[in-house]
Amino acid sequence: MLVYAARRVLTSVPLVLGVATIVFLVLALAPGDPASVYVRPGMSPETLEHIRRNLGLDAPAHVQYGRWVLSFFRGDFGYSLASGMPVRARILAVLPNTLILTSVSLCIAFVTGVLVGVVQAVRQHSFLDSVLSGASLFFYSMPSFWLAIMMVLVFSVNAGNAWGWPVSFPPSGMASDGYELMKATDQLRDRIHHLVLPAFTLALVLAGGIARYVRSSMLEVIRQDYIRTARAKGLPEWLVVWKHALRNALIPVVTLVGVYFPLLLSGTVFIEYVFAWPGMGRLMVESILLEDYPVVLAGTFLFGGMVVLGNLLADLLYGIVDPRIRHGEG
Amino acid sequence: MARGRWLGIALPGLPQLLRGKWLEGGVALSLWVGLLAVMLARFDRIVEAIQGGVDGRVAVLTLLLVLVGVWVWSWGSVREGRSEQEAGEGIKWGILPGGWAAFRSNRMALLGLGLAISFYLAMVLTPLIAPFDPLSMPAFEEAGDMRLRLAPPSAVHLLGTDQYSRDVLSRILYGARISLTIGFLAVAISVTLGTFLGAVAGYWGGLVDSVIMRVLDMFMAFPSIVLLIAIVALFEPSIFLVIAALAFTQWPFTARIVRGEILALREREFAEAARALGFSRARLLLRHLLPNAMPSVVVVATLGIGNAIVLEAGLSFLGLGVRSATPSWGTMVDQGRAYLLDAWWVVTFPGLAIVLAVMAFNLLGDGLRDAMDPRQGTRVDP
Repeated sequence: MLVYAARRVLTSVPLVLGVATIVFLVLALAPGDPASVYVRPGMSPETLEHIRRNLGLDAPAHVQYGRWVLSFFRGDFGYSLASGMPVRARILAVLPNTLILTSVSLCIAFVTGVLVGVVQAVRQHSFLDSVLSGASLFFYSMPSFWLAIMMVLVFSVNAGNAWGWPVSFPPSGMASDGYELMKATDQLRDRIHHLVLPAFTLALVLAGGIARYVRSSMLEVIRQDYIRTARAKGLPEWLVVWKHALRNALIPVVTLVGVYFPLLLSGTVFIEYVFAWPGMGRLMVESILLEDYPVVLAGTFLFGGMVVLGNLLADLLYGIVDPRIRHGEG
Repeated sequence: MARGRWLGIALPGLPQLLRGKWLEGGVALSLWVGLLAVMLARFDRIVEAIQGGVDGRVAVLTLLLVLVGVWVWSWGSVREGRSEQEAGEGIKWGILPGGWAAFRSNRMALLGLGLAISFYLAMVLTPLIAPFDPLSMPAFEEAGDMRLRLAPPSAVHLLGTDQYSRDVLSRILYGARISLTIGFLAVAISVTLGTFLGAVAGYWGGLVDSVIMRVLDMFMAFPSIVLLIAIVALFEPSIFLVIAALAFTQWPFTARIVRGEILALREREFAEAARALGFSRARLLLRHLLPNAMPSVVVVATLGIGNAIVLEAGLSFLGLGVRSATPSWGTMVDQGRAYLLDAWWVVTFPGLAIVLAVMAFNLLGDGLRDAMDPRQGTRVDP
């Protein structure tokens, strides 16, 4: 296992390097002079040349590239043009919020997806199966930003007011006014209250795809001989399905964690933007609107890095669950 | 059966319906009746369109071609009572080893195909069928009625009006052009590029393969939308940039699948035979390997169109998409968001259009995959 883990970690390093390279290429190919943002009316050409030298823009491309990659690996992303703060400080301030949102959503998505997929597989070709398949496809095909708006429309605009439902959820932000003055338990409740809509929206988009995958994986397992044996032994059906079958059906699903990481992070960009959740995605979108390129590029790099990390974790997890993987490779 | 045949002159599709071919007959008949109704009800528009620009002429031409096509097909398929024998054989499509029959039996896939074709048909015919001018703002004309702003769905405005009293349905119809065109073109480019690179990597192997695959891994490490945002934000926004950026970020999905197919195909006997016959590498790849990889490419392309539509809508939603007089669906959702409290229809229906279009391509892609793949079930390969 250790050998497998070490190999897998080592292959991730060039990937992160590649991610930084692509970000550099996008910046290098973009039209315009990066120093132009500092240009002020009445500035002499000498001053501009000076700024270019200070920024290291006079160096040849490969030197710039080397410096760029090195600084990214050190976690030094320069300064935000809009706020003047170090980019790292801005990102560190919002990164935990993104991690909370994504991890909660991922859990909800997997629990929902697995439940739905198993029910569909057990009741294959039934009416329920068709309905759930249709629903999965519907959510799977949905742009997450639109689903987010629909959730706001239903659960926060109309639920409490027009329709008189007992529950409604805040449409934006992650804390109510006076959050700092609340007791710890109230703070937790308030945070969860704000988390419900964004987390479920993000989870729903993913759960559709997961359910489709679990269904087919479950269908393959449930036809196998050992399942028939378990049934023949007279074990109750729920035990056969939820213990014997699901355990093996879940093995390929673990790799999905890796596959779904890019989707999850793409989703957060829109969800955070719509729900005004102060995370990485919202920071990215806001920075683009402010033309704050250092933040955009650092964010792009970090998103790529998170995907690489997520894939790495999924592969390691896969190695733990399925011994064939690590022995086959190691 | 002769009776049914003559019915086909006036109502193509009806003879097929009478013979129990409900699907073909139903589609033909509804197309015929529907398009004739459009012709009669919108005759003034047709005259206008012929005198007007390219849009209108294309629409009229398509309308006529579809009408003639439906009629000729219906007439031909009942001629000499051939239909029964032919129904068994079905159409032999190169990309469908399972055949049209396997695809036909998949109702969801048929639904997807029907939806996708309707979307493109509606897109082309928009100048003839849109109920209103998507840019006209009656509330702001002289003696305009301000109650026409944000009017809820009604018999006149089926999907309501927006804050400038423009008809939402007409805007969705016109917006389809941007969304669907970008989706189609971006996928055409990315699939071509991906097929080429995937085939080269799979066939040549060695260093070429390693280099292409490592680059591919790097691209796939980005959440598509994040890389897209970065590209579109740094360059001058235009329709070409959006298409190029989509193609630039989506090619790895095709390349990975084509490479896998080529790797498997080059070991098969027919490839061995072609090599033994002394065919050149290029001939082997182009004439023998790639055609056999085409079914997978078609599936990836179909699913890719849905994906491209969602990504384009996302970019537009963030204000980074194409700027044009009639906005794309994503832009409409973005603009309607401000009126969520007063007018739910402005933001709901354009989004629903996105969902339907994407669902159509996902259903079609899944159906094609199932028709080609003898193994049961749908699998997710994002």
